[in-house]
Amino acid sequence: MHKTISQINERIRDGSARVVTAEEMPAIVAELGEQGALKEVDVVTTGTFGAMCSSGAFFNFGHAEPPIRMERIWLNNVEAYGGLAAVDTYIGATQQSDTREDEYGGAHVLEDLVAGKSVELRASSRGTDCYPRRTITTELLLENVNQATMCNPRNAYQRYNAATNTTDRTLHTYMGTLLPGCGNVSYSGAGLLNPISNDPHFRLIGSGVPIFLCGAQGMVIGEGTQHSPAGGFGTLMVTGNLKEMSQDYMRAATMKGYGVTLYVGLGIPLPVLDLDVVRATAVRDEDISVDILDYAVPSRSRPVIRKANYAELRSGSIDINGEEVKTSSLSSFRRARQVAAELKGWVEQGKMQLALPTRLIDAKKVSRPMHQSTQGPRVLDIMDRQVVSIHEDEEIKTAAKKLLKGETNHLPVINGAGVLVGIVTTFDISKAVANPGKAHLVKDIMKTKVITAKPDEAVDIAVQKLEQYNISALPVVDADHRVLGILTAMNLGKLFGGRWLK
Amino acid sequence: MKLLVNFSRGKGRKPIIAQVVRDTGVLINVERAVIDSSEGEALIDVPDDQCKLVRDTMISLGAKVHILEHGVSLDESECVDCGACISICPREVFSFDPDWKLSLDEKRCVLCGKCVDACPSHALILPV
Repeated sequence: MHKTISQINERIRDGSARVVTAEEMPAIVAELGEQGALKEVDVVTTGTFGAMCSSGAFFNFGHAEPPIRMERIWLNNVEAYGGLAAVDTYIGATQQSDTREDEYGGAHVLEDLVAGKSVELRASSRGTDCYPRRTITTELLLENVNQATMCNPRNAYQRYNAATNTTDRTLHTYMGTLLPGCGNVSYSGAGLLNPISNDPHFRLIGSGVPIFLCGAQGMVIGEGTQHSPAGGFGTLMVTGNLKEMSQDYMRAATMKGYGVTLYVGLGIPLPVLDLDVVRATAVRDEDISVDILDYAVPSRSRPVIRKANYAELRSGSIDINGEEVKTSSLSSFRRARQVAAELKGWVEQGKMQLALPTRLIDAKKVSRPMHQSTQGPRVLDIMDRQVVSIHEDEEIKTAAKKLLKGETNHLPVINGAGVLVGIVTTFDISKAVANPGKAHLVKDIMKTKVITAKPDEAVDIAVQKLEQYNISALPVVDADHRVLGILTAMNLGKLFGGRWLK
Repeated sequence: MKLLVNFSRGKGRKPIIAQVVRDTGVLINVERAVIDSSEGEALIDVPDDQCKLVRDTMISLGAKVHILEHGVSLDESECVDCGACISICPREVFSFDPDWKLSLDEKRCVLCGKCVDACPSHALILPV
């Protein structure tokens, strides 16, 4: 048995379609069997509500008198793109205000407009024969613009890897606050309610398919950017009319230490055409696994701590190396449910009919990392190789002499085996001289917790360490912790020679 | 009842909390304390019926004492029920109700403020 999309739409029109949410579907299939569920259910609605940074909107403001071709554009001091000519622009959700930093951004502009607040448009131009005006400032309401079209390049991630942190300090990431020592696990995603997880082969979700987008009736444009369904990370590019959206389903937010983002509510109604659709929409939280990644590693490929499914993540705690660690979500399951329920109402009341894709989305694609034609500078490119070090059993006086002679402020301290065991700075030595006590040897005053760099580490990572720990030098060590060089703030000056800044 | 105690450590560095425990016999639970060389602030929890006694004794020893009636509060119009605060809170103030709505057990709060920073929606507010 199978049903056609026109049969389903006919039932929607005459109000007899049976519509359920993706959360209800597993129990229905368990009760009625796959054949029974196919007969019973016509439409399954999905929903997700989470932080979707890759969001924004196009605007057309209409022409001013005299007219202007806007080149630099701000909405409430948040810069918008000025390369679309005349009076069009695109504002991205994560763009931050020039004056209020991460307290206000593109996402807040969008939410303010949807909430009926006025927003200040400010723009400037060189002025041309056809567009003589050079500046404009005006207050606008959403009803004052010709078009306000939300267009989100990468939304509705099929799933998202969870995050934890093995370092000894709190990290502030786009996955929220990550407490030290695997103090918590942060995850995102609606699990069994997620649209793509209910259609992982993209048979039903594709270009032209109607969707719920922030309370408006929107549409799938096609595959989203970074779409990588082969590994379970499909994404969608979607659009909808901002003028029809509701604050209930779109919220500006700030992730501390990361920046501004937009919470987007998105749902897709799926027509139950055949048994394959029944099986796909019977997906449970237990069936959807993600990796818990260690955000301690500032790299594209972060180590996997363990795998976990959404049922485990949603349970509130998870076992990591024998310890029970609390989990919490960044996306809202309650709002995801509300999206799916609202969408269910739309279809039941005949407000939305379904359509099959006019163009299919590739279900096997793999997103690749950036092709980098040049390597960025590494620590070994700029470190000082002539490093003066000192033995831990030397006298403090010897260290002072070495510091003077070596014209440096930092002395790595090594033991008999040549392994780095500490560091002394001019400050440590001045302190030891000013407050003479029992300390005579370098090992009595050295700092044993040394922050180091690796030779093949990117300079950006080393700079981050200098900033984080508020220090001015990093001993560079090999795998056996032997000192190869030292990277100081002075060495960073080499970067400004232009060699790396082309 | 929670009390916020501020004291200066200028003269004599009196062990105020220890002295109050000895003089009143009330077992004080120190929930949170920041003490440096010149001043200290401690959030303490004492049984409701002995709150006045502890407060008066502390004041007589030169401390400033505020009774904290409220913990962190939630602005429901801003909250989206994401739950980011749940795993951040050291005292399990936050949880989901059966409908995945965020609920808050204000009495457990020790006003550390960690959740305020972690909330993406600026929906959590500490009492002033």
